[in-house]
Amino acid sequence: MESAEITIGVEGLAPETGYRVPYRVFTDPEIYQREQREIFRGATWNFVALEVEIPNPGDFKSTFIGETPVIVTRDGDGTINVVLNRCAHRGALVCRQPRGNAASLECVYHQWSYDLKGNLLGLPFRRGMRGQGGMPADFDISRHGLDRLRVETICGLVFASFSDKVEPLRLYLGPLAVGHIERLFNRPIKLLGDQRQYIHGNWKLYAENVRDPYHASLLHLFHTTFGLYRATQQGASRIDATGRHSALHSVASSNNDAADKSAYAGMRSFDTGFSLQDPSLLAGRKEFVDGITLVILALFPNLVVQQIANTLAVRQIVTHGTDAFELVWTHFGYADDDSDMDQIRLKQANLIGPAGLISMEDGEAVEIVQAAIKGDSERRSFIAMGGGQAVDSDHLVTEGAIIGFWQNYERIIGFDPTK
Amino acid sequence: MNFRTLTAAELHYEISALQVEYADLLDDDRLEDWPELFTETCLYQVIARENADRGLGVAAIFCTSRAMLVDRVVSLRRANIYPLRHHRHILSAVRVTAVADDLVQAQSSYLVLQTRADGATEIYNAGKYLDHIVFAYGRLRFSRKIAIFDTNRVDTLMVTPI
Ligand code: FES
Ligand SMILES: [Fe+2]
Repeated sequence: MESAEITIGVEGLAPETGYRVPYRVFTDPEIYQREQREIFRGATWNFVALEVEIPNPGDFKSTFIGETPVIVTRDGDGTINVVLNRCAHRGALVCRQPRGNAASLECVYHQWSYDLKGNLLGLPFRRGMRGQGGMPADFDISRHGLDRLRVETICGLVFASFSDKVEPLRLYLGPLAVGHIERLFNRPIKLLGDQRQYIHGNWKLYAENVRDPYHASLLHLFHTTFGLYRATQQGASRIDATGRHSALHSVASSNNDAADKSAYAGMRSFDTGFSLQDPSLLAGRKEFVDGITLVILALFPNLVVQQIANTLAVRQIVTHGTDAFELVWTHFGYADDDSDMDQIRLKQANLIGPAGLISMEDGEAVEIVQAAIKGDSERRSFIAMGGGQAVDSDHLVTEGAIIGFWQNYERIIGFDPTK
Repeated sequence: MNFRTLTAAELHYEISALQVEYADLLDDDRLEDWPELFTETCLYQVIARENADRGLGVAAIFCTSRAMLVDRVVSLRRANIYPLRHHRHILSAVRVTAVADDLVQAQSSYLVLQTRADGATEIYNAGKYLDHIVFAYGRLRFSRKIAIFDTNRVDTLMVTPI
């Protein structure tokens, strides 16, 4: 991969080490269309569901890959299918509910009906009525099913791809991501609920945000103050071989309040005068022997898998044009959680999601960038914290994983970071 | 106070007055006074309808004590970063659904309008309140307030209580 140091020249000044992203990638509709084609409908694996969302035969869920509507179904033999949510007749949405259970999928427009694998089962008046109308004699019902996507699962996460070229899912994810998935999904899970938020900014600003341990302790004061996450914690930023996926993790038990106070001296983000009147919010349980209390696993292109204290969730990104995306949080616990653990997870859900005491700021961070870059698409950001290269680090004062994301993006979409 | 001794009209008036006071505190940004409308061991939950309908417990806001409400307000004032916004609660269809000596249950519809710093106003959140109201320490208070919101897709973030 291109991990060579990139030096940026500004006329009349000595070159500096760093990485720059042209702001037009966040605002240009042509680039957005290219992303839909080359990324979301291209050679990638996109998260579409957790298997526990569709446990029984006939269960379905409608969702999106980028902005393309798809249906995830579990058919009679237990197989999971992902089909395009677009009628093979004249293009209507076949599934108009977010989720449900059905024996078949029927388009309401002219009642073409499909099985749960997307095969066309039949259509009204195929042979006409009273000898009139009907489909042409050469109509071949087997050629008019719903478009089927490739489907693979890993530990109960369902991914789909429009591409017949993309490598198998586990290879696509690579050992870093597979390791984290196997750690978090180490036994059967149960669904705790969804949260959705609509953020007025480009989806890639969020892709940067979840690969950015630098901001986490500076923007999210709640994090820092209660020691859930501090840049001084033992932790790491890891990037997969392609740069597209990354994992940030940290260990809260490595906090040292006194030392941390001096590390953050004078910064807004460490407010020691703030204590909880009801500390039960943060009274959790140690769950993992490795001691890791925070994991943000960012999978290209549309998923974040997270553990923050005892909150476990996947966050799916659904794009809505250049300047908006929806973030769908699906919270889960383990099937064998006792009732106390259920309560801990539901209470700690206060920390994440749109009203999350430590996550609400991310929506704001995305929006203030989108608002400021409008109309100046040739200017670029400057990403250099930690050395300005897409490399792993055993500390959290880095933006390396963001550069990994962009180098992979460059290979697909193309832009020149040196200019 | 024994709620059963009140007429339907008196009860409706008392409940409505409490609801209005609640909305005023939020809309006038007197958030420090807002927890006072709850009992110490209250339950306050703001939950998406899609979760409530499926019997799933994840809520946007889930507080199991008045102290947790205070913590929300302190966090909002001192820790959280969010844009300047004004909210306006429109309450309607307040009705009493059950009366016991010491507990009234009530349901109502609400709409929260949001005005961003640029002056544009939009519908932010629509839903219903399911309330348990008791008489404690000299006044009516919520022992439970559940806001079930139809607006499953929250606009950016939710920092002020609903
Ligand atoms: S568009 Fe679906 S049946 Fe006609
Ligand atoms: Fe963040």
